[in-house]
Amino acid sequence: MASTQAMNDEMMLSYASGTLPAAFDLVVASHLSLNVESRIQVEAMEAVGGAILEKETPIKMSENALSICMSRIETETPKPRKAQSGNYVFPQPLREVVGGDLDSVQWRPIGGGVKQAILPCEGDSSVRLLSIPGGTAIPEHSHEGMELTLVLRGAFVDGQTRYGRGDMEYADDHTEHQPIAEDGETCICLTATDAPLKFNDLIPRILQPFAQI
Amino acid sequence: MLAICDYQDREAFSELFEHFAPRIKAFLIKSGSDPVMAEECAQEAMITLWHKAALFDPTRASLSTWIFTIARNKKIDMLRKQNRPEPEELPWGPEPEPEAGDVIEMQQESEKLLHAIAALPQKQQEILKKAYYGDLTHQQLAVETGLPLGTIKSRIRLALEKLRHELE
Repeated sequence: MASTQAMNDEMMLSYASGTLPAAFDLVVASHLSLNVESRIQVEAMEAVGGAILEKETPIKMSENALSICMSRIETETPKPRKAQSGNYVFPQPLREVVGGDLDSVQWRPIGGGVKQAILPCEGDSSVRLLSIPGGTAIPEHSHEGMELTLVLRGAFVDGQTRYGRGDMEYADDHTEHQPIAEDGETCICLTATDAPLKFNDLIPRILQPFAQI
Repeated sequence: MLAICDYQDREAFSELFEHFAPRIKAFLIKSGSDPVMAEECAQEAMITLWHKAALFDPTRASLSTWIFTIARNKKIDMLRKQNRPEPEELPWGPEPEPEAGDVIEMQQESEKLLHAIAALPQKQQEILKKAYYGDLTHQQLAVETGLPLGTIKSRIRLALEKLRHELE
């Protein structure tokens, strides 16, 4: 699994340096809310960013920059982010996009008992929630480019590896993978892909089971 | 920094502004921002620093690291309509009174990190910086440096590995 680890490192570095597409940012921020180890890894990478910033050769701000800043501080009051505690299925960054927890999701069936909900996202990348009944294979994905999947509830198994809540799987054109939801609980995943969205709303429902998701 | 969150100390803030705003501006220009946006973003970052001063935990990050994350998020917020998703605040959050020993330890770690980066071979240093300036994807980095993509990736990894090793 060396290559998977390397990919994971690369995702974390791209997140820390702020260079991921929006869809992937959401998946990684959700993952970091659930996984302390990755959190520590990202914080270490952010420390490198801090060191690079510290060593930067300064470029002069405009003449009155400080006074503009001080007057803005007096007039602008920020919207504080509400810290929410409780037993949620979705971590906070995901709840902020969905507008609530699992029970607020507007699912659409895409065949075989599988449901999806496409989330609003900027840019060419796309992000969606998937609900896969236990024992069901996750439908074939179109593997152009990167794909990042985070488990939020239940688990899926891919080859020898089990992915449970908080675990993230990376796949791309070079990855052979066939994830299957573990028997029992319905598996809820958050998936980002960098291929643009196709079809989903255009294909008649009867064809959907055959459409790529 | 503590003066800012405890007493809303403007003088202490001015000093931080003089030190960090021009560095944020420089960092953003190297990341591909135009000077106007870089200046605006540096402003925004410093305003956020003032408002969020109470959230800064000197036992978990150095000040420059914390400011780096604020500037990074501001830059993305300016480029996107949606705000950048941020992870949940950690449940172990900032202590009301950070232990002096922990603060000093973090400061020492940060010093070590600065030295470790400076000690990296020139090529690793450059590629590491480019990864953080970010507007270059790894693919573009490969074109720009003439190195194969695999070499770029392993060089970035190697640099991070070395730093990790250095700090252990």
